[in-house]
Amino acid sequence: MISENSPIILSVNNLTANVNGTQILKGMNLEIKAGEIHAIMGPNGSGKSTFSKVLAGHPAYDVTGGEVQFLGQNLLELEPEDRARSGVFLAFQYPLEIPGVSNLDFLRVAYNSRQKHQGLEELDAFDFDELVQQKLDIVKMDAAFLNRSVNEGFSGGEKKRNEILQMALLEPKLGILDETDSGLDIDALKIVADGVNQLSNPDNATLMITHYQRLLNYVVPDYVHVMANGRIIRSGTKDLALELEARGYDWVLDEAAAGVA
Amino acid sequence: MTASVTSLVNQPYKYGFVTDIESDTIPAGLSEDVIRLISAKKNEPDFMLEFRLKAYRQWLKMDEPTWAEVGYAKIDYQKIVYYSAPKQQKKLNSLDEVDPTLLETFEKLGIPLSEQKRLSNVAVDAIFDSVSVATTFREQLFEVGVIFCSISEAMREYPELIQKYLGSVVPVGDNFFAALNAAVFTDGSFVYIPKGVACPMELSTYFRINNGDSGQFERTLIVAEEGSSVSYLEGCTAPMFDTNQLHAAVVELVALDHADIKYSTVQNWYAGDANGKGGIYNFVTKRGLCQGVNSKISWTQVETGSAITWKYPSCVLVGDNSVGEFYSVALTNNMQQADTGTKMVHVGKNTRSTIISKGISAGKSENSYRGLVKIGPKADGARNYSQCDSMLIGDTAGANTFPYIQVQNNTARVEHEASTSKIGEDQLFFFRQRGISAEDAISMMISGFCKDVFSQLPMEFAVEADRLLALKLEGSVG
Repeated sequence: MISENSPIILSVNNLTANVNGTQILKGMNLEIKAGEIHAIMGPNGSGKSTFSKVLAGHPAYDVTGGEVQFLGQNLLELEPEDRARSGVFLAFQYPLEIPGVSNLDFLRVAYNSRQKHQGLEELDAFDFDELVQQKLDIVKMDAAFLNRSVNEGFSGGEKKRNEILQMALLEPKLGILDETDSGLDIDALKIVADGVNQLSNPDNATLMITHYQRLLNYVVPDYVHVMANGRIIRSGTKDLALELEARGYDWVLDEAAAGVA
Repeated sequence: MTASVTSLVNQPYKYGFVTDIESDTIPAGLSEDVIRLISAKKNEPDFMLEFRLKAYRQWLKMDEPTWAEVGYAKIDYQKIVYYSAPKQQKKLNSLDEVDPTLLETFEKLGIPLSEQKRLSNVAVDAIFDSVSVATTFREQLFEVGVIFCSISEAMREYPELIQKYLGSVVPVGDNFFAALNAAVFTDGSFVYIPKGVACPMELSTYFRINNGDSGQFERTLIVAEEGSSVSYLEGCTAPMFDTNQLHAAVVELVALDHADIKYSTVQNWYAGDANGKGGIYNFVTKRGLCQGVNSKISWTQVETGSAITWKYPSCVLVGDNSVGEFYSVALTNNMQQADTGTKMVHVGKNTRSTIISKGISAGKSENSYRGLVKIGPKADGARNYSQCDSMLIGDTAGANTFPYIQVQNNTARVEHEASTSKIGEDQLFFFRQRGISAEDAISMMISGFCKDVFSQLPMEFAVEADRLLALKLEGSVG
């Protein structure tokens, strides 16, 4: 949903970043306003996942230049946990299994860290349990999942639904979905997409990173960006995604190369 | 491993101070004369001197074991001091006559001994270098028939019990370190629970090494008569020296018909510095004999200290339907090495054993589980369940599992499960991305990993163990 007067949630300016000494991001520019849904597409190795991890503050990535403003503050100087508590959420492409830590405890500690950071009331186990029960419906998850260890023995689809459940509880201002559609069958994809749509509102924004048009049939983006070689080379509306699906990436890459030359 | 994980797992050792106290210390070295001197200093009955000399003569013919996954420079047994005791008046009538320096030392370690401050439901035997300095609640326990005293006193006051049971579970020539212990042990605790008595409070022994040149060789003996039960806990700390001290203890447990012994250890000997200089060599033999029918022995250990740990608390299940349990958390960091596990020897019918082992390795440490499950030919219907889990923190530590299984009875059922997990940068990032700090993340993962073991500890100590591990692994985020 595009509205000209919406506040800016994320503003990325000429961002560059390295991993293990190799430059991956080579000047990213992106602005996301409240209420908007953006999709970044692009071939393998274009730097899409790196971009999402840099925004979330993964310590393996070194930012070498540029700026990122999140709700008016300098995101790059915040620790990863403070970025999260301020409202940046990253749904992982490969959610990790954490044996021995129950999903419910994990969710409660995460929820209360955010509450505390934002000066809001922390919930005890009973009140939290009630809250979580309401959120389960968003991703059609069974309550039995709460007492299992985080992601342990979950199927691919269950892990992704668990990510969206976490997003539902933490109510981020910016939800970044990194290849959330990968490895999902069509039913799981619909459930996950439906969850994302329910959570989207005029005060928050969503950034989807994906290879395929498929997800975008269910979560319809306001803007589609094509990323290649560490930067965005073309932006458009949802029609751009359809065109990419039909024609592949080469023509965009060729046009960009011609443009640069 | 990133800087943040490194700083999280490095926490200074809190118990590294040395108490300045005048000691009665004999010169370093080991010979029959030294053994006679130790025995004389302790006013022991003659049978004890014979016990020691027999052990010493066997020890001379034995070789130090080399099969464990640990490496260390050769120990010069002639450079060790075998007796060191704080000087004090001969006969103490009450705890308040104990040298205040010693009381202070134990208080600093969190073990208040004086009448006013001691824990209300835990009786403590405090052992400093080679001798027991105090035992609390002795009279109250004696009223219900429970004997809880230092083993030196027991030799003089209950020689018939000592003669009957000492060396009955771990024979003097059992292994190199057990033989050395039998020859030179200086003190330890003795517990006797009479028939039908459930010991009314937790019993606990606290070991403190203070002298940098002395070894600590303690010996603990617990006898639970028919239908009795007891829960016992030991704790240990030592000052920081840049030399290594040898700690070679022996623990023997005897459970008669329907008796139940629960033995817990929280081991926090000095582990050496980050480069592996100094620290205790913890070479310990612990064995329990389930002699009676329906008897039960349960070992729980939380091993966090020592430069090297070599110990295998074991159960010999002789009585029909007897039960052996082993619950272990072994944490190694920096250059620490641990080779620890258990032996469950099934002799009687329908004997059952459970092994839950959790190894946590950080830094450049090596952590090995080594366990034997042996089912004898007459152990019809014997059952064992073993679970060995390893957790690696960072990527420079090592973990090994060596399970040995010997089955000589085809009605037995033996199950073994193992797993390896990791706390690395990605796991921490996952927690941090959800707003949980790295410290809380490690703490949650470690306590989740250890909960099956901590739940076995006596209530008062479960919290302490959780805190101890947290202390060892937490710090400021770098």
